[in-house]
Parts: sequence; structure tokens; C-alpha cells
Amino acid sequence: MMEKGLHNQFWEQGRLGIVVSGSLTKGLEVKLDSATSVEDIAVGRYVTIESERRRFFGMITDVTLDAIDPRLMVTPPDVSDPFIAEVVAGTSTFGRVHVLPELTWGGDAISLLEGPQPVKTVPAHFSVVREASEQDVERVFGQVEEKQFWIGTPLDMEIKVRLDPAKLVERSSGVFGKTGTGKTFLARLLLIGIIQEGTAANLVFDMHSEYGWEGTSAEGRKVKALKQLFPSKIAVFALDEESARRRKVSTDFVVEIGYDDIEPEDIEMLGETLNLTEAAVQAPYRLARHFGDRKWLEGFLALEGREQINELALSLGEHEATLASLRRRLEALRRLRFLVPHARDNPIQRILEYLDRGINVVLEFGRYTDITAYVLVANLLTRRIHTLYRERMERAMGEDIAKPRPLVITIEEAHKFLSPQVATQTIFGTIAREMRKYNVTLLVIDQRPSGIDEEVMSQIGTKITCLLDNERDIESVLTGVSGKSEFKAVLAKLETRQQALIFGHAVPMPVVVRTREYGSPQSYKELGFREAIELKKEAEKEMEDLWG
Amino acid sequence: MFKIGEIIEASTGEFVAQCYELHQPPPFGSLVKTREGEVEIYGVVSGAATTSIEPGRRPIARGRDEAEEEDIYRASPQLAKLLRTDFNALVVGHREGERLHHYLPPRPARVHSFVYLCDPEEVARFSQSFDFLSILVNARGQGSVDELIAACLRHAAQAHQDPRTFLIKVGKELAVLLGGETSRLNTILRRIRE
Ligand SMILES: Nc1ncnc2c1ncn2[C@@H]1O[C@H](COP(=O)(O)OP(=O)(O)OP(=O)(O)O)[C@@H](O)[C@H]1O
Ligand SMILES: [Mg+2]
Repeated sequence: MMEKGLHNQFWEQGRLGIVVSGSLTKGLEVKLDSATSVEDIAVGRYVTIESERRRFFGMITDVTLDAIDPRLMVTPPDVSDPFIAEVVAGTSTFGRVHVLPELTWGGDAISLLEGPQPVKTVPAHFSVVREASEQDVERVFGQVEEKQFWIGTPLDMEIKVRLDPAKLVERSSGVFGKTGTGKTFLARLLLIGIIQEGTAANLVFDMHSEYGWEGTSAEGRKVKALKQLFPSKIAVFALDEESARRRKVSTDFVVEIGYDDIEPEDIEMLGETLNLTEAAVQAPYRLARHFGDRKWLEGFLALEGREQINELALSLGEHEATLASLRRRLEALRRLRFLVPHARDNPIQRILEYLDRGINVVLEFGRYTDITAYVLVANLLTRRIHTLYRERMERAMGEDIAKPRPLVITIEEAHKFLSPQVATQTIFGTIAREMRKYNVTLLVIDQRPSGIDEEVMSQIGTKITCLLDNERDIESVLTGVSGKSEFKAVLAKLETRQQALIFGHAVPMPVVVRTREYGSPQSYKELGFREAIELKKEAEKEMEDLWG
Repeated sequence: MFKIGEIIEASTGEFVAQCYELHQPPPFGSLVKTREGEVEIYGVVSGAATTSIEPGRRPIARGRDEAEEEDIYRASPQLAKLLRTDFNALVVGHREGERLHHYLPPRPARVHSFVYLCDPEEVARFSQSFDFLSILVNARGQGSVDELIAACLRHAAQAHQDPRTFLIKVGKELAVLLGGETSRLNTILRRIRE
């Protein structure tokens, strides 16, 4: 009973310490109370700072050890004794944390209505710093309503962090992180958010076939993917029918692409992956003039023997070596069984039909997981679809009719499409840069963001990044973020999986979350999945209610 | 409350009392109190001594032929009357009405005021605040101040429900007060760990 009164200030709930110095741009230095152990502090956590009239909200970005007196380092206390060690922690030696203030609100009625505002000043000296309460965090991120999408929970808290799918699709967004950190799991959740709240139609280029029907966890467990969860809202398109059949995927459409659909531009995009010389990249344009636009590839591949190629080179004024090497490299396309001289159906038309009906399309690559197939198909389809979207958008604006539904295109290995060398030419670079002019945005997934063009990176509205350990990758993800050096520390300290730093357009302030669990029956349910039997019951109940 | 002696010398920061019982001074470092009008003055026992009542005259050894030490006093009962036990206390705070202050009182205690030993409850109440520590830390007295601080804190700890928590918290306060004086801090901490 007496103990409670002991040094009252140290018993205050959640109190961490006091502000001792700092600035708006560089953040605040907070001296921890002696009762607060540095080991209980983690970067990425939220704190509130109480000054006379306002409350500030910020994130811990660094933790430091310090000593009151430098002489202490010369004659250190006898910390081999646990009692002495405990006494000395936080007093003679103490912890400091660095806090980046982000938002602030006042106590008066107007401030309450306005809600949290970006910080324009710093709290006074010795303002008390506390762990943010769940109410504080909810106040910043908003309370998540029944049908609203949330992405995870803040560190050490049980509340839900909302990520606004409407804002997410307004600009391009990115999921980053080194391999195995949870990018795919996160991206799947984001897609579900967009689908559930219906803020855009999705087209997913699914390189490893893990978004459409079924994915696997690191432990080898199967997890449901979009179509299993929302059968009526997803169409699975397959490039590899055989693989789809083997995996028992219910496929909506098998994609074939005709040689006659491949334009010289499509080959140009493969320059890097096929290791083409500059001359070889340009050659298809001449071939197209020679054979005709829709015939050139078939015609070129049909040539037999050295003589025919040399003959053609002569008549085109090309180097023989250039054509020969182009031909050798294009042989790689023959292995792609979905490429046929002439496609029976038009996949672009089909994709658009589904998207127009509000059905999201996942294109599975099956066994074609090599980057050539991926870059070829994603570029080819996106280019055509984007053209159609642009036409529709322009028509909508000219004739004052409804605009096409916003479209989000998801690509993995984004640096292959958006590297500084190709970003200025590829359709993906164009989409990223033109923002949402034509109602098309990207969701890019990449483990090597430093490979993505800087300008494109700066156009990405919402960045969701899991652990990155390469300095250049960290640098590139944080380009243009205020408090960059602070967030570096946060980013480098994320758990190796299922934790992410989110910042940008779709969240009110940067947040570190533990990504919500995905893969358990409960998680599917929370994401809106209904078992067939439940659906039946619900339908029966509705009937009952209807007929009494 | 237990009356143990009477003040024979007093200043603002310190007082000396004679014990009613020979050889029975309050323990080193314990909390005692006395009264000055409406004010109760608290002190920490900082030393005790038993001497001859006549200054300058020292007792002589008498036990050569006795089997037990007690036999010396039994053989010459007047001896006890020739000796006295005094103790010193450092003033560490006072109380006016309900208000406890951990700093020096307005006036010193009066000579011939009674001195009481505080019971554990009072010790616990007094040591809820550590402000009195700075008086002890800065005391220049006879003997080792650090010994006194350690003794006082060991004492106080026993009055609290959870002595270890108390000692850790008070240790932290000391660490701040003693700043860079690591060796002093170490000395005290080694003497108060359980
Ligand atoms: N939200 C989550 N819920 C449950 N498990 C998760 C979650 N996020 C990540 N994991 C676990 O971490 C593993 C790796 O996640 P994921 O496959 O998404 O990583 P990745 O970053 O896409 O890796 P790669 O770069 O190899 O594609 C998953 O298989 C799963 O076991
Ligand atoms: Mg992945």
C-alpha cells in the first residue's frame, strides 16, 4: 500500500520520459525516466507528447544509451551485481529515444472537429512523453467500421489500422521488401481491400500463380487466393492450361497470343531480358515493313538456314550478324506454348469484358515463370488495354459520359519494367508518371526497389515496405520522405516477415504494422469469405424471412 | 510510541540525546523524532557513544577476576550510574500538522525534549519521498556519511512492503544525486543490496 506512493511520477501509466531537445525537421530527443528500460522500447511505436495546449503524436525512430557523466565510463559501476545493475539503469546511465512528431491536435472544440493536423511546431521543454494509447491511435487512423478494410495492427496494440482502398488506387502504389518478407501476402490483402470496397477493377499479372486460385505459405501450407474467396468477383485467366488443370484451378479463360499480335515495340521491351544489341532491338521495325505489320514475326521465324537470313539482311540493308543473333534470341519465344501463329480468341477483349462487368482478372503464368514470358505478356496486354482505356477516357471527357471504372494493374518484379533504362519507354513507366489521368494505376511489387527509376518511385503514392537490408533499396524507397534518416532506422529494424512500414497517400501518417494474419479459416471469414454451406443457410434464411 | 531519551544538545541540523537506558541507543540509521511546540522534528541516528558521566574521567578495567562481564556490574552496582549512553541524530525533516517536510525545521529542538523511536508505519510514511536523501548525501559529519546513508536505507526498507523495490527506487535516486561519484555510489549500493 505504501509502495504506490513511491515517487508518484514514475508510476504514471505509460509515461516514458520528457522532451529535452529537438527540432521540427530533425525530431525530438526524449530522456527516458529511470523506471523506463530501453529494452522495453521499440522503434516504430507511437508516443503522445503533452504540452500545455496541444497534444503531439509521433513515432519512435531511434533508441540511444547515454550517461549523465562521462567519467562514469572510466569507472563504471559494479554492474556484475544484479541489484546495482538495476539501480544504475536509467539513472547514472539512461536511455534516450528519438521521436519524429507527425500530427498534433488541440483541446478546444474547433481542434476536435478538425481532427489531427500536421505538426508545425514542437512541444515545449520537459513536456511529458507517453506511450500512445489505443484511443490516441484510433483518433489518428480512424475507427474501422464493420465493412471497412484494415491492413494490420500497430506494434504492441490490438487495434486495427485502416488503409483506405479508395486512396490506394488514386495513385500508383508499391509493395517492397526482400524475399520472403510477406510482399505477396500483403499484396493479396490489398487486392482484397480494393475488391471488397469496390474502389477499382484489378488486373493482376500473376507470375508465380499465387493470387488467382491458391497460394502456399512458407511452411508449405496451402492458402486460399482470390477466386476461392470471392468466386463471383474473380476470373482466372491462364497462360498455361495444363498447369492450371493439374492444380485444379477453375479457369475462366485460356490465353493465347498470336505471333500476329506481337509488335516490334513488344520485342523492344525484351531488349534487356533477351540480351539484344541496340541494332537487334531496332531490326523488328524493318522486318515489319518488309513482311507486313502482323506477319513479321511468323515470317522471320519461318526463315530457314543461314542463306535465307543473309538474303533478307541484304535486301534490308541490315548486318547479317544482327539478324542472325536476333533470330537466335527469338527462338526462345518458341518455347512459350501460349504463343501461336494466330490466336483463336482475343484476350484483350475478354479481359476488358470482365473488367467492365466489375470482375477482377488474374492472369496466371503457370509454368512460364521466366522473366521473358512475363515481360512480354504484361507489356503487350497492358499496352493495348491502356490504349483502350485512354480512348474511352478521352471520349468520356469529350462527350460527358461515364468514365471507365478505375483500373489497377498489379505487376511483380517491377524493376524489370521500370528500370531507369526502360521506364521512359515502357507502358508501365508511362502509367506511373501520368498518375491517374486515364484512370489506370499500378500496384508494383518488388524486392529490389533500387532498380526502379527514381522519378517513377517518386510518383508512387502509397508505399508499403517490409524489411529491406540493402542500403540502396532503403534509400530508394524513402526518397522524398520527410524524416528519411529516421525512417531508415525503423525500416531496417522490421521483423523478417509480416511487418511493414506504410506511408503515403492511403494512410494519415507513416505506420509500422504487423500485417493481419492471412491463411487461417478465421482470417478468411474476417475478410468476408463465406463457406458454401453458410451461403446456402443465409439464402435459406432470406427465403424464410421473405415467405415467413 | 516508545520514549528512548532526552535531548541534551540541539542545533538546527543536529541534536544529541542521552538514552534513558545505558547501552540501549536506537540503532544506527534508524528514524527518531522529537517535538518543538507544534512541530515534530525527525532525525536519523548518526552515531552513539557510551562514556563516563564526568568528562575527563575514564572508567578503568575491572573484570580481571570475574567470570562473566555482567558480574562486573553486579559487583559494583554504582558503576552504571557513572556511565551514560548518548546518541546523535541528523535532522532530516519535520512535520507541521499533517504536512510532512523533508527539509530542516524553522527552529532547533529544545533541550530536554523527549526523543521517540519511530514505528515502521511512520518510517514508511516518511520515506515515501526521497527528498531527505540530499541532506544525508551532503552531510559532513563524524564517521562515514555513506555508512550512515546505507544504514538508514536498510532500515527504511524493512518498513516497506517490498523492500527490494524500495531499495531499487531509492538507489536510482542516489545514482542521480551522486552524479559521477561512482565509487561512493558503489560503496552505498553494496551496503544496501540484500
Ligand atoms: N500476413 C501474413 N499472414 C500469415 N503469414 C504471413 C503473412 N505475411 C507473411 N507470412 C508468411 O511469410 C511467408 C513469406 O511471405 P510471402 O510469400 O508473401 O513473401 P514474399 O515477400 O512475397 O517473398 P518472395 O520475394 O519470395 O516472393 C509466407 O509464406 C507466410 O508463411
Ligand atoms: Mg512473393
